[in-house]
Amino acid sequence: MDVVVCVKQVPDTEQPIRVRADGSGIDEQGLNWILNYYDEHAVEEALRVRERHGGTVTVVCVGPPRATEALRTALAMGADEAVHVWDPALEGADHLGVSRVLAEVVRRMPHDLVLCGRLATDDNASVVGAALAEYLGLAQATAIAKLEIGDGVATVEREVEGGVEVLRVPLPAVFTVERTINEPRYPTLPGIMKAKRKEIRTLSLQDLGLDPAQVGAAAARVRYARFDPPPRREAGRVVTPESPEEGARLIAQFLQDTAKVL
Amino acid sequence: MEFHLTEEHRLVQQTAREFATREILPVASQLDAEHRFPTEIVQGLAQLGLMGVTVPEQYGGAGMDHVAYVLAMEEVARACASTAAIMSVNNSLVCDPILRYGTEEQRRRYLPVLASGREIGCYCLTEPQAGSDAASLQATARLDGDRWVLNGTKAFVTNAREAWVFIVYARSEPEPGPRGISAFIVERDFPGISVGKVERKMGLLAASTCEVLLEDCRVPGENLLGARGEGFKVALSTLDGGRIGIAAQAVGIARAALEDGVAYARQRRQFGRPIAEFQAIQWKIADMATRIEAARLLTLRAAWLRDQGRRCTAEASMAKLFASETAMFAAHQGVQIFGGYGYIKDYPVERYFRDAKITEIYEGTSEIQRLVIARNLLA
Repeated sequence: MDVVVCVKQVPDTEQPIRVRADGSGIDEQGLNWILNYYDEHAVEEALRVRERHGGTVTVVCVGPPRATEALRTALAMGADEAVHVWDPALEGADHLGVSRVLAEVVRRMPHDLVLCGRLATDDNASVVGAALAEYLGLAQATAIAKLEIGDGVATVEREVEGGVEVLRVPLPAVFTVERTINEPRYPTLPGIMKAKRKEIRTLSLQDLGLDPAQVGAAAARVRYARFDPPPRREAGRVVTPESPEEGARLIAQFLQDTAKVL
Repeated sequence: MEFHLTEEHRLVQQTAREFATREILPVASQLDAEHRFPTEIVQGLAQLGLMGVTVPEQYGGAGMDHVAYVLAMEEVARACASTAAIMSVNNSLVCDPILRYGTEEQRRRYLPVLASGREIGCYCLTEPQAGSDAASLQATARLDGDRWVLNGTKAFVTNAREAWVFIVYARSEPEPGPRGISAFIVERDFPGISVGKVERKMGLLAASTCEVLLEDCRVPGENLLGARGEGFKVALSTLDGGRIGIAAQAVGIARAALEDGVAYARQRRQFGRPIAEFQAIQWKIADMATRIEAARLLTLRAAWLRDQGRRCTAEASMAKLFASETAMFAAHQGVQIFGGYGYIKDYPVERYFRDAKITEIYEGTSEIQRLVIARNLLA
C-alpha cells in the first residue's frame, strides 16, 4: 500500500493567538508552528497501514518555507518521504486552490490511499480533503474513526449521530480522519536523527505544470474580509439574594434586561 | 550570533514537552506522595531515546548532542524533578563516562543496556566523610591477581535501589588526595556490593537515594574505567556534563513554579480583582521570568561548548550555580504567590519548593561552584 498523507502546518493553539491591529490576519510574531493535530492522526494511521500491509508513506504539504518543519515532524514519526510545495503565487490561495495543487502532486505518485486530517485547527474549514477527492475523481469518506484495508477495498467507520456508519469504499480513495481513530506515536530521538538525513523535495507550481492564475490568489473564490478577536469575556456578577424567590427574580431580570435572551 | 534552535532541536523539545505533559505531569504529584519509582515513565523515556541522548546510535543511543539533552531535561523536570534526576544520573553520570573513558568492550557491554532503559545506572563518588572534599574519599581498591577488591561505604547515591551499573570511585594507589583514585564499573550482581539504607529525603521523593556498601567486592580487572589512578579526572570531567544537566533540571523546576504561579495569579481573586493585577505579584513574576531566561541561556551555552569539545568547567559551574539558585528563588516566590495554598499539598508548587533545594546541593554545592568559578579566574 502506497499511502499519501496531506498535512498542514498550523499555529499551536496552546499559545494565545492575537489578531493584527488592522484586522488583516493573525499576528504571526512569536507563534509556535506545529503539525496540525488531526494530520498527526492521519500520519499515524498511514504508518499503521504500512506496518500491517507494507508499502510507503509519503507526506505532502502546501505552505510557506517554514512548513517544512511540519513535514520533518511527520518524517520523524516514521514517514518515508516528504514533498513540499510552495510558490509565491500561492500566497492568498483558497482551499480549492490548495486542493488542486495537492491533487496534482498526488496524481504524479503511486497512491492506493490518501489520508488527511478531518480539519485544520487554524481555520476549521474541512474543505481540502473532500475537494481533493473530487479533483482526483476518487471515492471519499470524511471523519473516519476506523480504517481496515481489504483486497482493493477499505472498510471505514464514521461516528454519526446516535450510531456508527460502516462504509465499504473501493481503493484508491481519500479519507479524512477523526482524532479518535488512533493515538499518535511520539517522534523518537533516533527518528528525529533519521528524519534530519532525509531530503524534503520542494516543488513550485511550474514544476507541477500548474497555472498560478488557476490555483493561486488570483483564482481564490474566498477572500478574508477581516479578522476580529473574540469579544473579551467580562467578569461574572455575583448576587446575594435574601430568598430563593428573590434569587429567581434577579436571574430572570438579568436574562431579560442585560442578556436579552428572554 | 544567532539565537534560534535548529529544526531537530525544536523537534526534540516538542517531543519531550508532549511526553512530559501527557505522561509525566498527570502522575507527578502521586509519585511524590507515594515515593514511587516511575518505572513505566522511565521505559517511555528510553523508548524516545532520552535515557541515552548523547550515546551514539552504534551503541543503541539517540546519537544527539548536549543541547538536545538539556532541552529535553528542562521539559521532563518541568513535569517531575524526580524523573529528571533519574534521567540525569543515567545520561550524564553513567553513560557519559563509559562513552568517554570506557574501552570498546565496556561501551558495547553497558551502553546499549543503559540507553534502552533495560537497566539504569548510578554514580558512587560521595562518602559519609567525603562530600564537597571528594578527593579525600576512603573507599579502597586492592589488586588481587586479575581482580580488584573494593571496600568502603558510598553515600547519597541516586538510583542505587534500581540500578544495575554502579560507577564506583575508590583509592587504588597509596598517594593521598586526587592522585590515588581509580574509577570502576561494578555490576549489581558482583559479589560484595549491596545497597544499604534508603534515605528519607525532603524532596525528589520518586527517586531513590541510598547508601552503597562495598565489602570485599570483587571486580574483574577489565572493569577499571579509564586509566589506573586517573579516576579523579574521570569524576571531574563527568561532573562538567552532569552540572549542565542539573542546570537544565533547575530551569525546569523554576519554569514549573513560574507557569503555575502565572495561572494561579490570573484566577485567584482578592480585594475584588485577580491578584495578577497587583504590582506585588507582577514584580515576582517578572523577576522569576527574567532569571529563568538568563539561567536557560547559561545552560544552553554550556551545553553548546561541551558539544564543540571545548572546555566548559567554569561555564558549567556558572549555569549550575545560577540555575539552581533560580529554581530556589522561583519556587520560593511561587509558594508566596499561592499564599496558604502554596503551603499545602493540594497544589504542586509545594513539591517544587522541596525539589528545588537539592539542585543547590548535589553535583557540587553552590559554594563549590563559586570556588570552581573563582579558581578559573584566579589560577
